[in-house]
Amino acid sequence: MMTRLNTEGYLSDGEAEQLASAFSRRALLGSGLAGAAVMATPLSAFAAGSAPAAEITVDKARSEPIPIVIPSFGGTIGNQITSVLTSDLNNTGLFKVISGSPGSGMPDLSSYKSMGARAAVSGAATGEGSVRVEFRLWDVLSQQQIQGTAYSTTAANWRRIAHIIGDVIYQRLLGEKGYFDTRIAFVTRSGSMKQPVMRLAIMDQDGANYRQLSTGQTKLPSFNPVRDQIAFLSYASARPRVMLFDLQSGRQRILGDFSGVPLGPHFSPDGGTIIVPVARGSGSELYSVSVASGAARQITSTGGAINVSPSFSPNGSQIAFTSDRGGSPALYVMSASGGAARRISYGSGNYEETCWSPRGDLIAFTKVGSGGFSLGVMNTDGSGERIMTQGYSVESPTFCPNGRVLAFCSSGGAGSRSSIGTVDITGFHERMIPLSMSAISPTWSPRNV
Amino acid sequence: MKLKLISAIGLAALLAACADDQANQGAATGSGDMSGQQQVATGPAPGTEADLVANVGDRVFFGLNQSGLSSDAKTTLDKQADWLAKYPQVAVQLAGNCDDRGTEEFNLALGQRRANAARDYLVAKGTASSRITTISNGKDQPTAAGEGEDVWAQNRNAITSVQ
Repeated sequence: MMTRLNTEGYLSDGEAEQLASAFSRRALLGSGLAGAAVMATPLSAFAAGSAPAAEITVDKARSEPIPIVIPSFGGTIGNQITSVLTSDLNNTGLFKVISGSPGSGMPDLSSYKSMGARAAVSGAATGEGSVRVEFRLWDVLSQQQIQGTAYSTTAANWRRIAHIIGDVIYQRLLGEKGYFDTRIAFVTRSGSMKQPVMRLAIMDQDGANYRQLSTGQTKLPSFNPVRDQIAFLSYASARPRVMLFDLQSGRQRILGDFSGVPLGPHFSPDGGTIIVPVARGSGSELYSVSVASGAARQITSTGGAINVSPSFSPNGSQIAFTSDRGGSPALYVMSASGGAARRISYGSGNYEETCWSPRGDLIAFTKVGSGGFSLGVMNTDGSGERIMTQGYSVESPTFCPNGRVLAFCSSGGAGSRSSIGTVDITGFHERMIPLSMSAISPTWSPRNV
Repeated sequence: MKLKLISAIGLAALLAACADDQANQGAATGSGDMSGQQQVATGPAPGTEADLVANVGDRVFFGLNQSGLSSDAKTTLDKQADWLAKYPQVAVQLAGNCDDRGTEEFNLALGQRRANAARDYLVAKGTASSRITTISNGKDQPTAAGEGEDVWAQNRNAITSVQ
């Protein structure tokens, strides 16, 4: 019945169930975890027959957001879920959510069609201590159900259900995995200007569930792309050290022992390697460090140049990084194991940060010029440079797992509060994540597991 | 609640004791003045951080994205090396700082480069390297607030402090 929809990039009910039941392997043990277990079971379709494959693509949705009807799921938690789901979808700029009349039965798709809607959701939330949410997604034009799933979890965990449903809608209608059920780790800054207190913190990608994770001076966190682990540079006792923080247990350990001063750690896509710039003399050279053993191998040797901000290509074979070996800071690409580096940035200004897209096609960068900071993307050969956003300080680009959105930190002026924002790689839909504290150095988590 | 009350009493007693000490010091130097004016007349105790700041100069400045030592910077570091030779028991930390016209990680590397440049100069002038530690604050601990070249120039520095 669903087979025609299960073409390239689409999620079957079975896959959705598998995806969601993976969540159930995890209990809420420590702070900063994605949340408690969520169970998913498929719901049978109300209407039989085969539905046509959705022909809407992300690129088309850019110019024409997909009108989708989302009614309240009923009750307090149902209203909250609808609200979070609506924000998730609207914030992408790829959907235009239309509110509809509540009800878990067969929606009036004909009237939705006449309203111009392309898709519709129906759902109901029941229960208090533990909540069960039934969710169905409908193709308005063909009048077919294209997804039906019931999710169960603790009531306190309702936000994850909203994000998971949002990700299912995103994938079903756009053919790409979503990123709503993810988190962003970052550093909070408080205290005085001269003696700042800098702490590791985490939040959901929409700014909810903020939690402080550590009590020591922290800089430059990097989320492990495959595990619930964050590497960061500890400045506790004025001694820079690379730490690995395990979110499940709350434990941390020191990684590596460097003859020099380590700077920010940067994870490989498989989570097995971290590249750390180590400052010594006038420069800083890149070291490839095994997460398992801490063994380090020097991969640049530039005799006094600064080499920082490495980021891996998605298959882990190459890195992009910043170096001032040519005089001023510019972007380079080389094999992740070292060797010759190829310069890819030639524009004016200092190119100081890199973040290689998980899609593989783009490298995000921060450029500092006389007019301020610019955050942009370029192709991996350096061509096609585009600026996404500019400001007094706009830096630390980090991609969401599907590579469609960048998070960054932004400050309107010296000493003013720094905020974390997001922008689509097309340069549209820039928005700031509501946070009540000054925040820098964001690093996007993988999809929650 | 009780604990808080007790510690408040303890704090009051401690403050009273400090005031007594100041009064005693004032009496010993022949002055009852507790306002601290006495300090200015005699100057900071030799070999202290305050002495370094007042009589030697605790910081050197750098150009935009630079770590080269200017002649002014070398003059200050020469005086620091002499001062360190005079007080061989003193250990210092050199902290490299940057203006906020660069990114977080690049500035950490640049601040370290500045701290190391100042350290290498002091070592060349005879200060034992074992007496010097370095750290980079990047752009995270600016000494001057605000924007503009005057402010940024002040924040591009290496600051020597007594440990």
